[in-house]
Amino acid sequence: MGRPVSALQEIARRVGLAWTPGYTSVAIVVVAVAVGFLPFVKMGLVVNGVFLGAIIALGAVGLTLVYGILNFANIAHGDYMTMGAYAALFIVGYLLPKIGIEGSGLGPFTFGYPLLIALPIAVAAIAAGAIVVDMVVYRRLRDRGVNTVVVSMASLGVAIALRGLVQIIWGGDIERYPRETRQVFHLPMEVRVPPDAIFITIVAIMLVVSLYLVLDRTRMGKAMRATADNPDLALVSGIDTGSVVRWTWGMGAALAATAGILLAVYQAHLLPIMGWKFLIPLFAAVVLGGIGNPYGALVGAFVIGVTSEVSTQWINPSYKPAVAFAIMIAMLLVRPRGIFGGGRN
Amino acid sequence: MALLKATDVVAGYGQTEILRGVSIFVDQGEVVTIIGPNGCGKSTLMKAIVGLVRVRTGSVTFQGTDISGYAPERIVRTGLCYVPQTNNIFPSLTIRENLEMGAFVRTETRTLAGLIPGMGRRSQKDDYRGRIGQMFDLFPDLAAHPGRKAGSLSGGQRQMLAIARALMLDPVMLLLDEPSAGLSPTMMQTVFARIREINESGVALLLVEQNARDALAMSDRGYILVAGEKRLEDTGKDLLNNPEVASLYLGG
Repeated sequence: MGRPVSALQEIARRVGLAWTPGYTSVAIVVVAVAVGFLPFVKMGLVVNGVFLGAIIALGAVGLTLVYGILNFANIAHGDYMTMGAYAALFIVGYLLPKIGIEGSGLGPFTFGYPLLIALPIAVAAIAAGAIVVDMVVYRRLRDRGVNTVVVSMASLGVAIALRGLVQIIWGGDIERYPRETRQVFHLPMEVRVPPDAIFITIVAIMLVVSLYLVLDRTRMGKAMRATADNPDLALVSGIDTGSVVRWTWGMGAALAATAGILLAVYQAHLLPIMGWKFLIPLFAAVVLGGIGNPYGALVGAFVIGVTSEVSTQWINPSYKPAVAFAIMIAMLLVRPRGIFGGGRN
Repeated sequence: MALLKATDVVAGYGQTEILRGVSIFVDQGEVVTIIGPNGCGKSTLMKAIVGLVRVRTGSVTFQGTDISGYAPERIVRTGLCYVPQTNNIFPSLTIRENLEMGAFVRTETRTLAGLIPGMGRRSQKDDYRGRIGQMFDLFPDLAAHPGRKAGSLSGGQRQMLAIARALMLDPVMLLLDEPSAGLSPTMMQTVFARIREINESGVALLLVEQNARDALAMSDRGYILVAGEKRLEDTGKDLLNNPEVASLYLGG
């Protein structure tokens, strides 16, 4: 038992989590219970949960970054996802066809190569948009030294305004990216994997790894972590907190926009309310991982994704958000600082 | 002309006025200590100098430039660095990363290259890596595990890291808020010895200290601050020998 545990400790140390002996035993119990449950669970649901977790992870990591550095819960984060999805729809459905770029059913995927062109453009546009919203709304509030609850309420306003904007332009009906029906891959144990889900997982992994590299290796990433740790000391160290804030918004919103596009691909439709409805699993993942801890949010995302998918085996699927919400409340009651809480001051 | 000169500084938080017109100065290469009872405004005076607390009236000049009203990150660039009393490290960053953050201003780039590791213009004069080596020479305790998270360090090691972080910019002057707070007597002596070395290398020091005896003993001059006003100023030696000061502020 010693060796795998110390390996886990080493990983935990690398990503900056507090790892105590008590915590190790709790983790072993939790993993044992989860593994014990496995025979009673449909593997297909677990796999679906992983795909869903990958999308939650992209949103949650951005949400927790913004929380850590700007110190408020950004309620508009789900709507940044919606904006990303619709920005990509605007590009693949309107802009690209105008210059003769159309297509769907690229290889095994339902979508066509135009979506691969639209994705980075839409993501960059939303990142820029988030920086502008910060300059117009949040920076003014910060400069006045407003309470963080007020800033959160302002972000609720931003959320409603963005959703209204989408409804004005596209209406409230279902929209779709140009798509072809595709065969799903059949794996043993009745696991069915849509090819799109593999694309989604690969994109999510690539982005999370790049985020890790940015936070761990680059000057700006370190400055972001420093600012989250101790904002006053960051100021007197000469860290340019203005650009830290811009990078935080840019990266957080870019991840959210990607999550929105991937969600629209995964569920094969877009709705103006899609991001707003995703807010509960996002917050649940953030709380589970410890607010402000991006690596914790990552773990939280997969826990929420898998649990809420698996719950549909016994519970009506429309209660999925309720399951995520219940996990979040239980976590706040038992361990308010998250699974990995206690490591940060 | 004085290196740092604060003139009739009034500052505080919200409705409360903590400093009610304080004037002090520090000359090139000097060690100056501020002592006084709790809540007299020692720390507020430091925060006002480095821009964390707004100077309401009065002025702060450094090397002849009026810096009152400058943002903290701009004041740092003038060569005035500050070590807060508490929360003076980045706990989730490693020792090396803490030092790199101290050198943030030295690694400035105005391009995207700042995001790419190892890229970005860096003139030879601004090789902060060499400076990290110097800090490890000055504080050998830190050199043993540069990859350790700063949050896991002992109180004394934290204090040394905090001072090293502030020295990364090669400052003209260093402001230290209670560098010996919460340290064991041995660790305190070590920290004071390092502070003396730093001063001998030409850095002017402004200290706030609870441990007034040791601080005054190594100071050129000292100020006594009471209720937001300057009560006394004298050389460190004369303050130590002043019977009134001894009974009121040095604990008899």
